[in-house]
Amino acid sequence: MLTKDRLRLIRRRLVQVAPVIVLATFIVFGLQQLVPGDIAVTLAGDNATDARIAEIRKLYGLDRPFLVQYGHWLWGVLHGDLGKSLLSGEVVLDSIARRFPVSLLIVGCALALSLAVGIPLGILAATRPGSRVDAFVTSIASLGVALPNFWLAMLLVATFALNWTIFPATGAKPLSAGLGPALLHAALPSIALAAGAIAEVARQLRSSLVEVLSSQYVRTLHAKGLSPAAILWRHGLKNVSVNLLTVIGLVFNRLLGATVVIEAVFAIPGIGSMVVHAAIHKDFPVIQGVVLALVLIVISLNLLIDVLYTVFDPRVGK
Amino acid sequence: MSGVLNWLRRDLRAALSVGFLLLLLGLSIATPVVAPHSPTNQDVNNTLHEPDARHPLGTDDLGRDVLSRLIYGAPATLYASFLAVTVAILIGVPVGLLAGFLGGWIDDAISRLIDTLLSFPAIVLAIAVTGALGIGLTNGMIAVGIVFSPQLARLVRAQTLIVKQELYVDAARVFGASVGRILWKHVVPNAIQPVIVQVTLLLAVALLAEASLSFLGLGVQPPQPSWGAMLARAYHYMEIAPEQMYAPGIAILLTALAFNALGESLRVALDPTMKRR
Repeated sequence: MLTKDRLRLIRRRLVQVAPVIVLATFIVFGLQQLVPGDIAVTLAGDNATDARIAEIRKLYGLDRPFLVQYGHWLWGVLHGDLGKSLLSGEVVLDSIARRFPVSLLIVGCALALSLAVGIPLGILAATRPGSRVDAFVTSIASLGVALPNFWLAMLLVATFALNWTIFPATGAKPLSAGLGPALLHAALPSIALAAGAIAEVARQLRSSLVEVLSSQYVRTLHAKGLSPAAILWRHGLKNVSVNLLTVIGLVFNRLLGATVVIEAVFAIPGIGSMVVHAAIHKDFPVIQGVVLALVLIVISLNLLIDVLYTVFDPRVGK
Repeated sequence: MSGVLNWLRRDLRAALSVGFLLLLLGLSIATPVVAPHSPTNQDVNNTLHEPDARHPLGTDDLGRDVLSRLIYGAPATLYASFLAVTVAILIGVPVGLLAGFLGGWIDDAISRLIDTLLSFPAIVLAIAVTGALGIGLTNGMIAVGIVFSPQLARLVRAQTLIVKQELYVDAARVFGASVGRILWKHVVPNAIQPVIVQVTLLLAVALLAEASLSFLGLGVQPPQPSWGAMLARAYHYMEIAPEQMYAPGIAILLTALAFNALGESLRVALDPTMKRR
């Protein structure tokens, strides 16, 4: 399966991703350059004396050229040092390591849910284009895209947690507390997160499947007398599965972002609430740490998808 | 103009969404006339009150009229969406044009930058940029615009690459037209249609981003009304007054639906290959 051509393509993708990672670190560090005025004054907080501001400037190396500061920061990052929170003094990497699993559990459940619901909806719509089922799925998808996910979250809490008390209204339980309690806490946040993703998956799958099913070679298969089910499973879905990988990458990126807002509704101690709190208080080491962690995860996942694509797509390497 | 009217007559979805958005625009212009009360006047003896003749949508936790706050939220919402999309256009379109038209190492560099920016979860980057610029509606939406700009740049670049191959562009070049003139007179008009569609769809995303940022406390600051900020307050009184969250949520949903529906209708109307379907 791994021919020389494929290996060469994979190596090229690895080389291509290097400048993207470097650029990403540059952008993350550059965020603090957007602060209007003197950042040392901002970091020193309200009512700081001139001496304190000068001390801060020295402490963070803000008196040195930007590229030197960047180099210093990057050197730390490469050694796992993302700095300490300006507010709590906690080591940023430790906070991320503690909070990230909480967010990942919700995002993972939401991704699974969006595939489990979105794929069948997409297939249903694509195999009956123009029908009532198709119109229904398309409407659901439009609704899902326009629905503010945090509002849906509030409606879910009001209905299923406060009114009927089936699910807990707030908080999170780690997987170490047992699968049952963890999933029970993750249920409502995942559903709220998944709504938009379900719409996205169904829409994308529908459009690419309709394209395959209306192509010349599928018409030939029909003419040869192959049953519609066999065409769908053996030819349609096989072709679409490659696109699906791309959609998963896209949806994962969106979910990682959306969880920030959802965590606020459910008071979940994940990385989302961490970055919002940091943004309000200009806690730059925390902002930079979380944003860097998220972008590195997305870049790695996209790389993995590209590699899988190279391995599985029969057209590649010919 | 008659073309637009004809289109709206034939496309019910487009007519409905344009009608709704015009209504919203009208409300935004005429807020003091339309709103029954001041959006910030507090009536502490009359908090979280149920709807009645005086307050058709009830009052909030500070005794302010919910309907009036909803109406005053409309201009804030439209301002936010259009500001973000304008910033995205001002950055994304020129960058995309230059990358597509100049090609070579400039295109390579810009394309890598676009790839990188698109790897950031959009709302998280917007939150980080807002934190750096300072919280508030205008800064928040500038941040959202910056975060959206690579999407437009990528689209404009792809369109420019197609148009660049056309014979009339070669002809203009042979006649000695400058790069700026070729871009403005030939490339932009021919590449603009998908951009219009994308921009309309982005208005909906910007609206949802504004609601999210205001909900998180990074956007509109109190006592200014905004639908997202109204939901943030409703959240705190969810147990005793769950009905507080309905009106602002529905307003956000309908407006986002209208922008999306308009975008989809424009896509069909502007794309000659899709007309026959």
